Amino acid sequence: MTSFVGTVASLAARAGGSAVRQVRSVVDPSAARPAGASQPASGWLVVTVLREQSDIDTARLPAPLADFGGRIEVRVRPAADGKGTELAVRLRDRRSSGGVLSRLGGRDPQAELRSALRRAKQLIEVGEVLAVDPAPHGKRTATPGGMLLEAWTKVAPKAGVR
Amino acid sequence: MKAVTWRGVNEIGVEDVPEPTIINDHDIILEVGLTATCGSDLHLMGGYIPAMRAGDVLGHEFMGTVAEVGRGVTKHQVGDRVVVVSFTSCGQCWYCRQGLWSLCDNGNPNPGITEALWGQAIGGCYGYSHALGGWAGSHARYIRVPYADQGAFPIPDGVSDERALFASDAAPTGWTGAHQAEVRPGDVVAVWGAGGVGQMAARAAMLMGAERVVVIDRYDNRLAQVRTHIGAETLDYEKVDVPAELRELTGGRGPDVCIEAVGMEAHSPGPLYLYDQVKQQMRLQTDRPTAVREAIYACRKGGTVFTLGVFAGVVDKFPLGAVMNKALTLRGAQQHGHRYIPEILDRMSRDEVKTEHLATHVMSLNDGPKGYRMFKNKEDGCVRAVFRPGA
Ligand SMILES: NC(=O)c1ccc[n+]([C@@H]2O[C@H](COP(=O)([O-])OP(=O)(O)OC[C@H]3O[C@@H](n4cnc5c(N)ncnc54)[C@H](O)[C@@H]3O)[C@@H](O)[C@H]2O)c1
Ligand SMILES: [Zn+2]
Ligand SMILES: [Zn+2]
Repeated sequence: MTSFVGTVASLAARAGGSAVRQVRSVVDPSAARPAGASQPASGWLVVTVLREQSDIDTARLPAPLADFGGRIEVRVRPAADGKGTELAVRLRDRRSSGGVLSRLGGRDPQAELRSALRRAKQLIEVGEVLAVDPAPHGKRTATPGGMLLEAWTKVAPKAGVR
Repeated sequence: MKAVTWRGVNEIGVEDVPEPTIINDHDIILEVGLTATCGSDLHLMGGYIPAMRAGDVLGHEFMGTVAEVGRGVTKHQVGDRVVVVSFTSCGQCWYCRQGLWSLCDNGNPNPGITEALWGQAIGGCYGYSHALGGWAGSHARYIRVPYADQGAFPIPDGVSDERALFASDAAPTGWTGAHQAEVRPGDVVAVWGAGGVGQMAARAAMLMGAERVVVIDRYDNRLAQVRTHIGAETLDYEKVDVPAELRELTGGRGPDVCIEAVGMEAHSPGPLYLYDQVKQQMRLQTDRPTAVREAIYACRKGGTVFTLGVFAGVVDKFPLGAVMNKALTLRGAQQHGHRYIPEILDRMSRDEVKTEHLATHVMSLNDGPKGYRMFKNKEDGCVRAVFRPGA
């Protein structure tokens, strides 16, 4: 375990551990490996967008992806059975992106691209990127799960698309 | 504004929080008229759904009056009386277009958490933890409703606030269970749990043509509501052997469709209950699947078992052998309310669906902690505590 997860885990254990157990089991390598933690060897990140392939012009992608310019490769192909179009992107320069631990610590070089792909899908399908913050809330006092959760939700939008 | 918040495990607070504002073009701001407690909140309260932070505003079953509309909203105007489905769904992705609204690809701004837990993220839900989007809940004077053209529904004039409120969550959840479990005319349907969700699942099954519907629970007052307001039969699982009774009343076959509306904190009079509680407390399983096990055991060969009750993680002693050998269909879902609410409101206006009896205790937001305590402990026959933020 890295010290980051170790700290949170022992904090949780001292506080009874109940609230973060599930989240912890996801980052604990000894727990069953969740599907969301893995990455394909090819480095492609892909989403299916409910649009005809002819409606997606790879030369004029939504801003979040267009901003990557020549740093990414883009591939589109029709999804089977009328499910739309598969939109795939990958960085041309791919250093190891690490596992879920480095992603939690915000050290995933693919994180920005993953987030951009998700935002691009929303722009194509809905026309806007859904935002939750600022959401009304009361006083944020420390709870066992709160600290890990805060770290997690910061990267959760980026971890969102494989 | 005042709001009822989650403060920690089994700790509910009343706090001052900022008022919400329009952020996306498809948002509305709703002035909340009525907002209910739901069995799902109990799982949050107890810490069984771990992605809560102190200060999170609770509540996902609500109705009210439109107070402000975003630029992209076409179907609503300030002053409209609407009921809002508890899930936030875009209406444009493949899942929404299939009618599987709670599976929306775009409605959860924090998809990473559930992707890691379940392999894929589902849509978002108000007041239902950061795993389902981190949306502020409805136990407050105002709430922001994203994708309002999809998720807010005008309430017909003849339908009271008290009735329409449950078209938000309890009723469409019941409809999701009965419809997705493919209840057919002539079916015998058994429903575990006589809370708001189980009662509505029973009503939906009856309206879909089921010949007999039997609801199982142990609380007299809830079972009495089922007989009086829903019109279904009842079994008290503390007094009878449920699978044996169900076998007898189905000519030895077992129910065609078994709907579980209990969830991960199920109770049981049997010896496995202690085992399940200990394992859940030791975190060796996250959920107690007592009613699901019984449903699988009771179901007829080739029948369908549907889990409407909420489960979060993994369960123990799961009777996979019965599922496989009896050729059962096992399904579950969070509610796809967007597709059922228009029908439900229409049936409410024709008195075919009645729900006011579920609101056993109506109180002000100040009584939030008391309301949740009564609902959790089922004090004074509480079926759902309902808050009136204007009071
Ligand atoms: N799928 C969805 O979209 C959705 C929506 C709303 C609620 N839910 C879930 O549905 C479930 C029920 O919600 P509710 O608001 O009616 O809750 P509730 O707490 O009011 O009712 C649950 C009922 O189950 C009964 N029960 C407990 N153990 C039982 C057993 N072994 N056999 C039979 N009955 C048993 C309880 O006595 C209680 O009356 C919860 O798990 C909730 O999270 C799911
Ligand atoms: Zn609910
Ligand atoms: Zn959608």
